[in-house]
Amino acid sequence: MLRIVTVYPDLLGTYGDRGNGLVLERRARLRGMPVELVEVPSDAALPVADLYCLGGGEDGPQQLAVHRLDADGALRRAVDGGAAVLAVCAGIQILGRSFPGPNGDRVEGLGLLGVDTVGGAARAVGEAVVEAGPPIGMLSGFENHAGRTIRDEGVAALGAVVTGVCNGDGSDGALQGRLVATYLHGPVLARNPAFADWLLALASGEAALAAIATGPAEELHAERIASARRARR
Amino acid sequence: MPERLGVRDHVALSAMRAVNAASRGARRGDGTVAGGRVALWMSPGLAAHLAADREIALVSATNGKTTTTAFLAAALRTAGPVATNATGANMLPGHVAALGAARRAARAVLECDEVWLPRVLEVERPRAVLLLNLSRDQLDRTAEVRHVADAWRAALGGFDGVCVANADDPLVVHAALDVRGVAWYAGGLAFRADAVACPRCAGRVAFEDGGWRCTCGFARPTPAASPTDDGALLDGAALRYTMGLPGRFNHANGVGALLAAVRLGVEPAAAAAAIAGVTEVAGRFRVIDVDGVRARLLLAKNPAGWGALLDLVGEGDAPVVVAINARVADGRDPSWLYDVDVERLGARRVVAAGERWRDLSTRLFYAGVAHECAPDPRDAIVTAAQGSSRVDVIANYTAFAELNGSR
Repeated sequence: MLRIVTVYPDLLGTYGDRGNGLVLERRARLRGMPVELVEVPSDAALPVADLYCLGGGEDGPQQLAVHRLDADGALRRAVDGGAAVLAVCAGIQILGRSFPGPNGDRVEGLGLLGVDTVGGAARAVGEAVVEAGPPIGMLSGFENHAGRTIRDEGVAALGAVVTGVCNGDGSDGALQGRLVATYLHGPVLARNPAFADWLLALASGEAALAAIATGPAEELHAERIASARRARR
Repeated sequence: MPERLGVRDHVALSAMRAVNAASRGARRGDGTVAGGRVALWMSPGLAAHLAADREIALVSATNGKTTTTAFLAAALRTAGPVATNATGANMLPGHVAALGAARRAARAVLECDEVWLPRVLEVERPRAVLLLNLSRDQLDRTAEVRHVADAWRAALGGFDGVCVANADDPLVVHAALDVRGVAWYAGGLAFRADAVACPRCAGRVAFEDGGWRCTCGFARPTPAASPTDDGALLDGAALRYTMGLPGRFNHANGVGALLAAVRLGVEPAAAAAAIAGVTEVAGRFRVIDVDGVRARLLLAKNPAGWGALLDLVGEGDAPVVVAINARVADGRDPSWLYDVDVERLGARRVVAAGERWRDLSTRLFYAGVAHECAPDPRDAIVTAAQGSSRVDVIANYTAFAELNGSR
């Protein structure tokens, strides 16, 4: 049984990222894979799972989420034990070593991911396209954040920015072991079915996933990438 | 009315009328914003001057402010003429247009954009504010909702007029708690997700038994007015009336308007009757005819608005058209669709429409809701009807405006 946990949708659900867990569950189910999606609010203990999804949140709730995750301890243990994590936007900052608090002060993250996030000059808001290379390919999403993320040497990016800001250095997110991070909302897995399947394979350990027809998601992906290209011209 | 208008103000008002007339002539909307902008540019003090010596009531919120402004204006009209920005032009230019167009009205009820509220409070020095709710909305262009609540709180610091606020929304209570003499009403909370993290401490707000509280002591205040099955309970007395507009949210917003009107001196029964008599506001809940199909227009711009409308359409069994655009006025990021429990549409015939119908179709697909797609909303209404004569259309801002403009 593949267990997927959406972490604290009450705190980290501001930008619709709750949809990522839903997309993974549905794509697993369409293939007949045994799967369970658990949405865990911030007053409950995190269960053991194969994949944890962290989404974007506002500054105050983001800080509260770090406190809760730190006190709970389950995410840290799970990552040490080889669980996969998809961290979006505030999620990157939470997994990282530090991020700016509501007053610009340095707040400590969980320190699981080798990145630091600092305040950006202007808030990055808009459609973004990221080239993540095969097998994930082009990613489409919507970014909305003030932070700029600096990766440690040796921590790979998820991809290179085609349009948008993302980390602020021409790259988006991070890949470190089984930790996968991006600045893209949309939700990112709803807009990018190939990325969803790549993550599903990573979390389940199944190298070859059966092909499924998910018409609207594929069409949405193509339409969003084409639209971002048109806007750039 | 004694107004403190100078020569510059009068010139600006003339220019505003000219611009608005030209704008209407060119069929570019009703022109109130364009004219107001020109007038404010010519006379930056105009808004304050028009507001002076007038009794202004501001209505602000994420959701329901246009309708509730109509409720409060109707209630106050029982006591004399009222100026109002009925078209939803809810920033200073729109206010200038509304006040400039109804110079004789001693009272004004103005819908106010939630991000603009602090500035408008300072400029217009209103006699009353009515605060309904705050939740996530168009995150690509407005501030995060917590920042808005903090800005309200700072701006209300020295407010000494009539303040009526929703006791069920922790962010609104946070903003209004220290206003002297604040009157609370039970306005409900359609969407809790933005109120879970306590706005006062790092704690978590617990909702139970119709109330809420945080471990820091921050808790739901006792309301002076609450909706009941057949009207409202106001200062301990039962009032009986039946709302002309459908939905629990309209009923609850009506109670807020009722309490504000009564605190401004309107007789309760007269205020209630006036609020109950409102049946359509700026096209919301209007029924249009599309090739013989009667389509009821419902506007929902964000998850909280959607939650309220899903309750409403759930009371019937008409097919549903959902139409989403993502222009600037809508918010360019439709990710919020995943904060809406579209699963609740599963038992209905559903058609996805609007410029972002693919986003919608993907959302419905992942929710397991069978549906068809028809990008043009009017085509979608006909597709949805299939023998049924009535269709509910839930649309976001610009998709709604296009349908509302079609007669």
